[in-house]
Amino acid sequence: MPPEADLAALRVTLALAGLTTLILLSLGTPLAWWLARSRWRFKFLLEALVALPLVLPPTVLGFYLLILLAPGGPLGRLLEALGGAPLAFTFGGLVVGSVLYSLPFVVQPLQDAFAAVGERPLEVAATLGASPLDRFFSVAVPLARPGFLTGAVLGFAHTLGEFGVVLMIGGNIPGRTQVLSIAIYDHVEALEYGRAHVLSAGLLGFAFLLLMAVYALNRRHRPVRP
Amino acid sequence: MSIEVRFRIARRAFTLEVEARLPARGVTALSGPSGCGKTTLLRAIAGLERDPGGYCRVGEAVWQDGDRFVPTHRRPLGYVFQEPSLFPHLRVRENLDYGYKRTPRGERRVDFAEAVALLGLEALLERHPQGLSGGERQRVAIARALLAGPRLLLMDEPLAALDRTSKREILPFLERLHEALAIPVLYVSHSPTEVARLADHLLLLEAGRIRAAGPVNALLTRLDLAREQGAAAEALIEARVGGHDTAYHLTWLDFPGGRFSITRNDLAVGRRVRLRVLARDVSLTLARQTGTSILNIFPATVADLTGDGPARVLVRLDLAGSPLLASITRKSAALLDIRPGRRVFAQVKAVALVD
Repeated sequence: MPPEADLAALRVTLALAGLTTLILLSLGTPLAWWLARSRWRFKFLLEALVALPLVLPPTVLGFYLLILLAPGGPLGRLLEALGGAPLAFTFGGLVVGSVLYSLPFVVQPLQDAFAAVGERPLEVAATLGASPLDRFFSVAVPLARPGFLTGAVLGFAHTLGEFGVVLMIGGNIPGRTQVLSIAIYDHVEALEYGRAHVLSAGLLGFAFLLLMAVYALNRRHRPVRP
Repeated sequence: MSIEVRFRIARRAFTLEVEARLPARGVTALSGPSGCGKTTLLRAIAGLERDPGGYCRVGEAVWQDGDRFVPTHRRPLGYVFQEPSLFPHLRVRENLDYGYKRTPRGERRVDFAEAVALLGLEALLERHPQGLSGGERQRVAIARALLAGPRLLLMDEPLAALDRTSKREILPFLERLHEALAIPVLYVSHSPTEVARLADHLLLLEAGRIRAAGPVNALLTRLDLAREQGAAAEALIEARVGGHDTAYHLTWLDFPGGRFSITRNDLAVGRRVRLRVLARDVSLTLARQTGTSILNIFPATVADLTGDGPARVLVRLDLAGSPLLASITRKSAALLDIRPGRRVFAQVKAVALVD
């Protein structure tokens, strides 16, 4: 494996983690808000579904996604009918897989943070003339800020370390779908321990720094309960 | 102008079932034992509790009727919660601005500088809520509510969560509010002191229902209600500072039934004050006593009386329109032949200026 391949894998990994985090923040925020505030009786069904990737072997998730997204699969056919290309073995497929795989890591901190904001600040905002959307952005989001930070970093870091799902639906195409965790696996298979060390130590250090930053920042911005 | 409400809200502990018309001026106290539905009623008026069959009108504006339900953020009201709920992520100035900025210019009732001055917040504007005392926070919360241009100010035991010092710090601000602004206030409180100081009108709730409603003094001196107050039974008298006696160092307070003399203070002549007279501090005589150290003696007519335990009788007197309560022994009542219509003299041993 040529050395440039490592750089390409880094690029793919960062792009994947970045895009996944952005998508998760935009989809996960309304979902977490709803989960935190809904009194629907069967809410627990949705909560269990969101938490599933925490316990499911990534290969299981990847396997079903592969079947769904493959050219002959139900979603694959639908995409083709809509004029798109099948997602299996593409970067787009990786993004879909990563979003599902990292969902609970973003949604759960957000849900906890929204729940911790409580009803009172939103009622206060309502009596001061703020519409529901206005209350959400001017009160709920700033007060849930530690949850956003935690969710974003956990989602990003978790996607960085993804292996099973990527292997199942992305394959291992250098420069397109090969991510760092798989490059490390390849190096070890090829007995290139030196290059495996560089990438592994890099990931280890980076993950630690990220988490450290989250904990440090959340300590400084611990929300004050009125 | 009036406020009209009709709500039926079932809670686990009680069912609030209220139909009332309240004056849309001055301070109306909602009082009653805890868990009687005071807060629920206030929240329903604010639109924070929903009763699909409810009705709520404030002045000309119907806030709830049938299918019509104006959401809280579209109701021109101010709400002060029991615990000072400032936004922790905003400075005092930004907290005050929150409602102010969201109120169209033409609907503002108080301008920013006026609210800041009224509640003495000049020195706090750049501070964060975390650094303020409980009393300071509640003052900010009150100013914030005023700045949202309310047609109705709802206050849910704003002093209950505060210590005595903070309470004493805030009460004068609330009284100033009462004097300076023409915004009607609904004030939830179970403190007789606060009611005596602030309220013009009283709504007594019990187990979710209205027990009594009316002008505060009429209710305080209603014998069935006063009897439940025991030793705290009292009457309020609205008086005006009539002048000062420099020789004896006294201040005269005039009311329709006569003139009170109290130890001199430096209140301005003409100023309106409120006096509290405990029923236990009022005794009765048939003829005007001379040779007594009591200064405050007024001719009165017995309006009504009721037994108050085996030994005492509670008497409601009429002093040229001002009601007053006297608590005397059953024996004295019999000896003096106290009955409605009897002309007597009320001797007031002690009087407290509400301040």
